[in-house]
Amino acid sequence: MLVKRAKLSWLERLYFPALIEGFRITWRHFARTLFKKAITMEYPEQRWVVPPGYRGAPYLVKDTENNTKCVSCQLCEFVCPPKAIRIVPPGKDGPKADLANAEKMPLEFEINMLRCIFCGFCQEVCPEEAIFLQEDYSLVGLTRAEMIYDKEKLLELGGVHQGPIRKWDKKLKDAEAQEAFPIKNN
Amino acid sequence: MDWDFIIFSVIKIVCAVIALLTMVAYSVLVERKVSAFIQDRVGPNRTSIPWIAAIPVIGPFLVRLGIFQPIADGVKFILKEDFTPAHVRKIYFWLAPMIAMIPAFLTIAVIPFGSTMGKQSMVISDLNVGVLYSFGIVSLAVYGIVLAGYASNSKYPFYGGIRSSAQMISYELAMGMSVIPIFLFCGTLNLSEIIYEQSGGAWFVWRSPMTFLSFIIFLIAAFAETNRLPFDMPECETELVGGYHTEYSSMKFALFFLGEYAAMIAVSSLMVVLFFGGWTLPLFGLNEPAETIWMGILHILIFITKMLFFMVVFIWVRWMIPRFRYDQLMDLGWKRFVPLAIANIVITATWLWWTA
Repeated sequence: MLVKRAKLSWLERLYFPALIEGFRITWRHFARTLFKKAITMEYPEQRWVVPPGYRGAPYLVKDTENNTKCVSCQLCEFVCPPKAIRIVPPGKDGPKADLANAEKMPLEFEINMLRCIFCGFCQEVCPEEAIFLQEDYSLVGLTRAEMIYDKEKLLELGGVHQGPIRKWDKKLKDAEAQEAFPIKNN
Repeated sequence: MDWDFIIFSVIKIVCAVIALLTMVAYSVLVERKVSAFIQDRVGPNRTSIPWIAAIPVIGPFLVRLGIFQPIADGVKFILKEDFTPAHVRKIYFWLAPMIAMIPAFLTIAVIPFGSTMGKQSMVISDLNVGVLYSFGIVSLAVYGIVLAGYASNSKYPFYGGIRSSAQMISYELAMGMSVIPIFLFCGTLNLSEIIYEQSGGAWFVWRSPMTFLSFIIFLIAAFAETNRLPFDMPECETELVGGYHTEYSSMKFALFFLGEYAAMIAVSSLMVVLFFGGWTLPLFGLNEPAETIWMGILHILIFITKMLFFMVVFIWVRWMIPRFRYDQLMDLGWKRFVPLAIANIVITATWLWWTA
């Protein structure tokens, strides 16, 4: 391809107009930054507003009655592309679930934040709405072990989910209603 | 043996080198700050030392100004891993940074940075061929860069070295010839005497159109000599990665950096001495050599202020004008400035002969 070069005038070939224009522009920016403000956001003090739908770190949530929502179904562990999630279910004789009527809750739940790619599949696959990608984007640790978040930490960071759906409440009521229902054993 | 002479010379050398190193460190800071401001950024504003930063108002202000940043930079350079790639030619690889830095420091020897302090004149060596000496030494700097390019044994540094050899030698010519009108005017090569010649306030920048032209050519050649933008062909980040110092790390890289800034300071000082009256100021009787210590210090401060002005010019221009293409650079050197400098010499000589 042939680039057509603009013919420069005699004055332009002296470089002086370019120099003056260059100085004008740089001075404008310099003075603006010096007397007003730089456009830089100074990070630890100023933080940007996380937009809705942002995919930050995945944390476990509790419901409004302080119950762990996770029922240890292990779907997220299965779907997790980088295999960042590790769940240990309670087993046959393990502790009971927080949620009345729920079958179980995880004994251990670990997310390796170094492996996590923040894809959001765990949130998408979760049938209990127990795991959410939240707003945290700066995860810091001094060791690798520190970056593997355990269940307590995940629950603490995750906070309370204010969802209107009380799936297990409804199930419990259904079950109770079934008990109370006069069933004729013919 | 003249012990007085030796002792005072050693004191002057030590002071000058310390002052030079400090100025190099802080001109790097100024470069970073100015570039940041021109690009709407903040620049270094976090480094602090515990005690000083705790002073109520001044402390945070100094931290914001980045005053302690050069210390952190220096410590970082010393502590970094000094990596020597396997493919380099070791001896030259080690030698190059030293050769790049030393000439810039040697130039300071003949620069009169002040009038007098007591009986001592404020110049390390009052050489009567001062200008020749400084041009000779400055042109040695090219060897450091060429050697670095050669010793690195890799494409980009090699290109950088080749470019710098051509560029610096071309502009040496224009630079050398541009100052000849000055010598025609004052009839001496001694830098102190050139300052005395200008002490009346008739600085060479505005004494006549010819010397003004000399100044313009000298200034532009100085950009090329010190490898600063718009003529930084040897390092040219966009084309040559880092140019001649691509393969260097740690303190060896820092020496190149030091050398570049020391060369800027040396050339700025030369410009101040040759064209801007050195330590003189045509006000309040500051034209004469100082009689008291305080006047001596004031003269040194005047010199440093003038020099810093040119440092800021060097730094500012870097962010003002885009890099020249290599052939444009050579065109400008050989087809414009060399003929212009020669014409300038002829015209000045004719003028002086006419008016004599």
